[in-house]
Amino acid sequence: MTGATHGIPLPRRRSGRERIIGLGLTYLAAVLLALFILVPIYLIAVAAFTPRADAFTYPRSVIPTAVSTETILFFLNASGVIDSFWRSVWVALITLGMSLAIGAPAGYAIARYAFRGRQAYRLVILSTRAFPIVILAIPLAVTYRVWNIDDTIIGVAFMHTALALPFTVLITSSVFVSVPRELEEAAQTLGCNPLQAFIRVSLPLALPGLAAAAIFTWVLSWNDVFAAVILTLRNPTLPAKILTALTQSPIYYQFAAGFVMLIPSIIVIFVIRRYLLGLWGRVVK
Amino acid sequence: MKSRLGWAPYALLVPSLAFLVVFFATPMVQAFTLAFQDPDGAFSMASVERMLRDASFRNALVTTLALVVLVIPIQFALAMAMALIINARLRGQGMWLYIYALPLGISELAAGIVWVSIFTQTGWLNSILEGLGIIDRPITWQSAETPLLLIMCVVIAEAWRATSIIMIILVAGLQSIPREYLEAADVYGATTWQRIRRVVLPMLRPSLQVALILRTILAFQVFATVIAIAGSGLDVLAGEAQRWATDIDNDHVAAAYAGLILVLSLVSTVLFLVLLPTREEHQA
Repeated sequence: MTGATHGIPLPRRRSGRERIIGLGLTYLAAVLLALFILVPIYLIAVAAFTPRADAFTYPRSVIPTAVSTETILFFLNASGVIDSFWRSVWVALITLGMSLAIGAPAGYAIARYAFRGRQAYRLVILSTRAFPIVILAIPLAVTYRVWNIDDTIIGVAFMHTALALPFTVLITSSVFVSVPRELEEAAQTLGCNPLQAFIRVSLPLALPGLAAAAIFTWVLSWNDVFAAVILTLRNPTLPAKILTALTQSPIYYQFAAGFVMLIPSIIVIFVIRRYLLGLWGRVVK
Repeated sequence: MKSRLGWAPYALLVPSLAFLVVFFATPMVQAFTLAFQDPDGAFSMASVERMLRDASFRNALVTTLALVVLVIPIQFALAMAMALIINARLRGQGMWLYIYALPLGISELAAGIVWVSIFTQTGWLNSILEGLGIIDRPITWQSAETPLLLIMCVVIAEAWRATSIIMIILVAGLQSIPREYLEAADVYGATTWQRIRRVVLPMLRPSLQVALILRTILAFQVFATVIAIAGSGLDVLAGEAQRWATDIDNDHVAAAYAGLILVLSLVSTVLFLVLLPTREEHQA
């Protein structure tokens, strides 16, 4: 490896010292970016665990002086908060159930079968992403009044399913693609019908991936505020409740609210951390 | 077997298609029919004109576009840095990915409130600056009087919240680049910057295009972060749509705003497809 081969000039390779400096700089950048993400989460946690009486002391200490759950309990006991909390949990669970029940069969079909219209269907699903899906809430609110499901859990869940479905189809198809089709065929030669082969062989293998997709669907629904605030009035989900209370609520109520909304998100991302790249990365492919 | 069960894939697709027709395609069309109706249901330009003449319309449009233009380059720079760091395979690779991906699950509203705790008058930023002796009395960051400062607060909160999704797409794209390419560049003495410009960026084009389209569409819908941080100090398109739908109870003008967001999203998608063509166009 000396001089120029094929007329291409070969400059020197980077020296060991340059490499170590480069590595050091990479670590430095990695730490700074991590702090940018983590410090605000730490700060809202400190704010949420500060007693209400201390909420307006200034300047505040970054290291918590008095830790107390008083502010969080005040928020949870505020009128309507617990009800809207459970509503949010239910909406998210129904969304998860519906989008898996409707989306997973489609995902399986495009993963396993070669059929006319497969490419067209994929294109339809992919193109839904070119639309701002949350704005569907405005025409749906009009339709829901006709159907008598305005201001209901199921109405919000339908909307959230529309939000999550394209994602569920693409994810589940990538999950099923990764389960070897030969295993299913082997089960069929051993006497299973296609349905049995699917339930006994493919489904158990696909389960972890499906679970990760389901959990992410849950968080999509848990996080939505725009559609929920449009589709509900007297029965808001948690984010809708917090948003409408924002202007007349004291600042410590907001901090506790922000923290309570944040916790499930952090847990969910932790639980599905191994699948993150598979979940989102493959959506592109 | 394939011939015997030729109908099977179609049967599996039907529920999802039916659902998308009822809850996706129909409301999309309806957004436009609503926008071009007067409150009695007759065809009319009245609702669209009312939106255009509304006092907040210009501000909402300008602020939304400004946020898109300001946030997206920052997010791409941050996401690219994060993705390259993860691809550099430092110690604890999984941990870095988890930390950078954390905001992926955080809602707009929660993120907005997190940054309120930082920017509010008695909040963390002023406390830290005063603790360091940089300021001697609290600065008002979030005031309608200083819209530029207010926009910067929202930009920072959005950069914090919504960079992860781009990062994940870019990491997946980076991993599909054969390592030999980078090694070859290394052998020929390319600097890190040259490797990024000449090898990584061109190969990452399809991922960049997808991330750009996805992120831009989401940015046009920016809503709760703005409400949490700016209150009524900043107007955005989605916020106006919500105000007309719930506070003023006029679905037609709200639908006009929704239709405008839809048109802006489609125009930006087409622009990115034309301006950043990739060889595997149909995969995007």
